[in-house]
Amino acid sequence: MALTGLILFNIANSIAVLVLLSLGLGVIYGMMRVINLAHGEFLMLGAYTTVVSANAGLNLWVAMLVAAPLAVGLFGLAVERLFIRFLYGRIIDTMLATWGLSLAVVGLITTIFGTTVRGVSAPFGGFAIGGYQTSVYSWFVIAVAAAMAAGVWLVLRFTKFGLIVRATMQNPDMAAALGVSPQWIYMMTFALGSALAGLAGGVLAPVSGVSPVMGGAFIARAFITVLGGGPAIVTGTGLASGLFGSISEVATFFTTPVFGQVALLLAALVMIRILPQGITGSGLTGRLLRRSL
Amino acid sequence: MTLPGEAGGTMLQVDGLRSGYGRIPILAGVNVAVAPGEFVGILGHNGMGKSTLLRTLMGYLPATGGRVAFEGRDITKLSPTARARLGIGYVPQGRQIFPALSVAENLRMGCLLSKQDERRTIEGVLESFPRLRRLLDRTGGALSGGEQQLLALARCLCGAPRLMLLDEPTEGIQPSIIDEIIETLQSLSRGGAVTVVLVEQNLKFIAALSQRILIIQKGIITREASPEAVQDPALIAEFVGMAA
Repeated sequence: MALTGLILFNIANSIAVLVLLSLGLGVIYGMMRVINLAHGEFLMLGAYTTVVSANAGLNLWVAMLVAAPLAVGLFGLAVERLFIRFLYGRIIDTMLATWGLSLAVVGLITTIFGTTVRGVSAPFGGFAIGGYQTSVYSWFVIAVAAAMAAGVWLVLRFTKFGLIVRATMQNPDMAAALGVSPQWIYMMTFALGSALAGLAGGVLAPVSGVSPVMGGAFIARAFITVLGGGPAIVTGTGLASGLFGSISEVATFFTTPVFGQVALLLAALVMIRILPQGITGSGLTGRLLRRSL
Repeated sequence: MTLPGEAGGTMLQVDGLRSGYGRIPILAGVNVAVAPGEFVGILGHNGMGKSTLLRTLMGYLPATGGRVAFEGRDITKLSPTARARLGIGYVPQGRQIFPALSVAENLRMGCLLSKQDERRTIEGVLESFPRLRRLLDRTGGALSGGEQQLLALARCLCGAPRLMLLDEPTEGIQPSIIDEIIETLQSLSRGGAVTVVLVEQNLKFIAALSQRILIIQKGIITREASPEAVQDPALIAEFVGMAA
């Protein structure tokens, strides 16, 4: 019984981590069709912001929940204005530019902070599921992931900004004829996606080693989840995280974490073969979820 | 010579407008003057520059020469967003409704430039488009072509534009809805609250609505005709292939 509880808890945690890693990327890719190969580095910047500001004396919660998304959101805003806005509709150029950006950011952070792995202690301590000890902080990670997904869904579904964003992403020329400035919407959407990546990096900082190359460990899983989810950003990311997170965690339990990652990749390959447009974009699920966000 | 548009002041003044796609010129010096409250039709074959003219007037295509003024202000270099904010509404060819948004959400998008309360604006517009009222929860992409056209018109009217640019609203539409569109546009036109520039190939439609009709050939306005004149078989013969 306790073992089942532990496995379910670990699955929930694994799903939450995937949601955190991929939601910001999903907003940027799903809304703007910009493949941000620097997404892992955006996560890394959020983690560094948290670690550096917490170590400098800022309250840890403020550091991870306010400073990290704010700093990375502003960084994303600058990146969009300086590079991305010149490259809309040029997918290869965008990939090259963001890849170059990722190398530059890794180099810059390495120069400033060195290659030493940094970190902050996870708050709350531990708790036991039967005879198994686990971390209370993981509950917090699950809660933040759920709040983040719900928040993005609510903004897109119920606010005027969300309506304008959805319309602009469907037909920017027509949105312009109704008085919307597509350039402003692109800028804000990119900044929002960046801020979500920063928040994710901040929240994951206490449970992962913070180093300049940590983004590389996240980026593949984030892309697989976003592509597996399909066009509905929140529903797709949530369902793909649920599927891949469960498979990966069950495989990890019966084998090792390495095979857990292999199982995740294999599951993604099979799924993309069956549903090439992702869970919310093709097949029966695509038809059922075509109006989802 | 006084152009009809100059009698009561000019809302839209187009002088020597040139435009095209890349190096291919389409408009070769268009001159048009439209007075407030006027309903002007522009008639022409496929490929003569009708849609290009409206896309240039809306700012989607840059003018390579000439000048466009709206209510006395030079708007030649303004973006589509800026032109929309000045009071120019656009119903493009192919409707361009937002397919994944509901009908109600499409109308809410149209209200972005309305100075009135959103709910009241939509209610007011739906009085002219009763067919849309029972479709409010449907997605735009699930509507028929005719319903999409009604939605595109209603969405444009939600923003209370002073000038409407209509690009072939009858294209691919069933006759019953064409009649409905004629009735709606006639009642709007009678009020004189909105000025309309319509490009069309449907002679019946353009004759039923327009106060005067400009004929465009090879990127320039070659002549002006009255609505009655487009019933003339000789003129129709000049536009072989058009729906009478």
